[in-house]
Amino acid sequence: MKITESPLLEVKNLQTYIKTKKGEIKPTNDVSFSINRGEIVALVGESGSGKSVTSLSIMGLNASAIKYKPESSIEFKGRDLLKLKEKGLRKIRGNEIAMIFQDPMFSLNPVHPIGKQIAESVVLHKKVNYKEALKRALELLNKVGIPDAARRINDYPHQLSGGMRQRVMIALALACDPELLIADEPTTALDVTIQAQILTLLRDLQQELNISILLITHDLGVVAEVADRVLVMYCGKVVEEGTVDEIFDSSLHPYTRGLMSSIPPLHGISKDLLDAIPGVVPNPLELPKGCNFVTRCDFATERCHQVEPELTRYPSGNRVSCWNKLDKEGEMKEHVTTSINS
Amino acid sequence: MFFKFIMRRLLYVIPMLIITTLIVFSFILLIPGDPALALLGENATPEKIAQIHAQLGLDQPVIKQYLNWLGNAVQGDLGRSIFTGQPVEEAVFSRLGVTFQLVIVAMIFAIAGGLFFAITSIYFPNSWMDYVARFFGTLGTAIPNFWLGMILIIFFSLQLGWVPATGFTSITESPGAFLQGTILPAIALGATGMAQITRHLRSSLIEVMSADYVRTGFSKGINRWQAIMKHGLQNAMLPVVTTIGILFGNLLGATVVIETVFAIPGMGQLAVNSILQRDFTMLQGVVLVLIALIILINFITDIVYALLDPRIEY
Repeated sequence: MKITESPLLEVKNLQTYIKTKKGEIKPTNDVSFSINRGEIVALVGESGSGKSVTSLSIMGLNASAIKYKPESSIEFKGRDLLKLKEKGLRKIRGNEIAMIFQDPMFSLNPVHPIGKQIAESVVLHKKVNYKEALKRALELLNKVGIPDAARRINDYPHQLSGGMRQRVMIALALACDPELLIADEPTTALDVTIQAQILTLLRDLQQELNISILLITHDLGVVAEVADRVLVMYCGKVVEEGTVDEIFDSSLHPYTRGLMSSIPPLHGISKDLLDAIPGVVPNPLELPKGCNFVTRCDFATERCHQVEPELTRYPSGNRVSCWNKLDKEGEMKEHVTTSINS
Repeated sequence: MFFKFIMRRLLYVIPMLIITTLIVFSFILLIPGDPALALLGENATPEKIAQIHAQLGLDQPVIKQYLNWLGNAVQGDLGRSIFTGQPVEEAVFSRLGVTFQLVIVAMIFAIAGGLFFAITSIYFPNSWMDYVARFFGTLGTAIPNFWLGMILIIFFSLQLGWVPATGFTSITESPGAFLQGTILPAIALGATGMAQITRHLRSSLIEVMSADYVRTGFSKGINRWQAIMKHGLQNAMLPVVTTIGILFGNLLGATVVIETVFAIPGMGQLAVNSILQRDFTMLQGVVLVLIALIILINFITDIVYALLDPRIEY
């Protein structure tokens, strides 16, 4: 991983909101992060943490009920995607930024052959005719490891297994050599053995093509496998950010710790019960006044209830928003850089 | 592969047709009134009635009557009208052409209108076009076709004088006169169908447009029009094909009313006259041919379905 130039994608203060009769919901609340060229960034969080809204904001494919606050910006190669018109966005979608979705069962059109679906994207963005686009589709199907691709190219999605379909989705996403690939839970709907194959494929392709990947997942196992950097989201906010090593060796936020201890151990004696994070995600209409995690945190203090912590960089390299960071043993350490008592 | 599929489907049609003939034959026996009495009038002597019965074969056991009729029907002989003595198949097929032309124009009107309204409604959601489409979708199913027919006659024929109110010219004689003669009855006949197709296709499209594969399409960079036409429509049409198949049968039935309103000499009119005259051989022929047509349409619907949806195994 080399960071020599300005980031490929820079999300700044992404604030989205939905007006409902009961009040305003903020699927993402001031999310900022960047992705460098050739980097795999993982966005981790539970359902409803805002990770999918974040990724669809980049594609400009959010439901129309979701609006953006004016201070939000998503800069991609110097252009603000949020300010681009629909026509400009269409030139980027599938061409410079492509996306893989969660469920390959439903993400491919059931009435078109797979080759045609890949070729559609090529014809749309490159100056080639349909025949050449089909050649490109065949090349891609070979690249993602579809056996007997020349024959399979005319198959319909229902003739392929789930893993094969996800490979087709990857081929489709890579059709126009995008610079950024957004993978929204690419392995969630697959069998465990197939998950590993798809992750390896993504990692290999990423290295071969030197593309950047934004990987959206709730599975920390997947993160450990492929990601360079990790963002942990909770209730529409980034609560911790760091490299994979930083997060796995010395995560500081109690929520990240909770997520990690809910991974079943691969070696050694399995505990009877996995540690689950107690409680549920708060109602987005009634978020706590202070830290959003306060309702489920074992270490919450009076300050956590009153004042919201900000993302702060620590000497270890992580950025964490927590008043009470945890040390290696999981013991609470008083936050030293800021003090409320003054 | 596909040929084999068609052949297998055709094989299913044969038992359906045999059962149909049985139903057609036995149901017509249930119609009250003796054809001999209808022929001879109230003052007929029992001898005369028995003579007519013997002539028509009505004195024989029912099963024998059926087998005789079926045997002849298979050879294309549907008997003779007990009133005019005209061969039934001749009368039916001369009328069938008229009704078929009318129904085809009505179907084209219904399908084209349905596609137009459903697609504009989806392409411009919540615009005035959308509201117009929804309005027609409700109005079309609510208006009775004979009433619409009469309103069309009053307005376009009697007041504006654009087209003749009644009569029919075959397309083979004069395409211009054919269109003039069929446009109003076709609209009256097809309006309900158009409304049904609009409503059904619109709701089907709404569902399909929020499907994951349409989102995949958008993520490739296609625009809304491409999303509807390339990814939405073919999937959304699947359930609508069934509606269209059923509609064809409904329209054939509705010609009974519309042909009367517009004085068109088609199958519907023939059916009405046969019932009024107790011309049971003619009525058997009319109903048999209509049902055979509907079975044929079902057969075509199956094939269209298989063509649209690759998931259907041949």
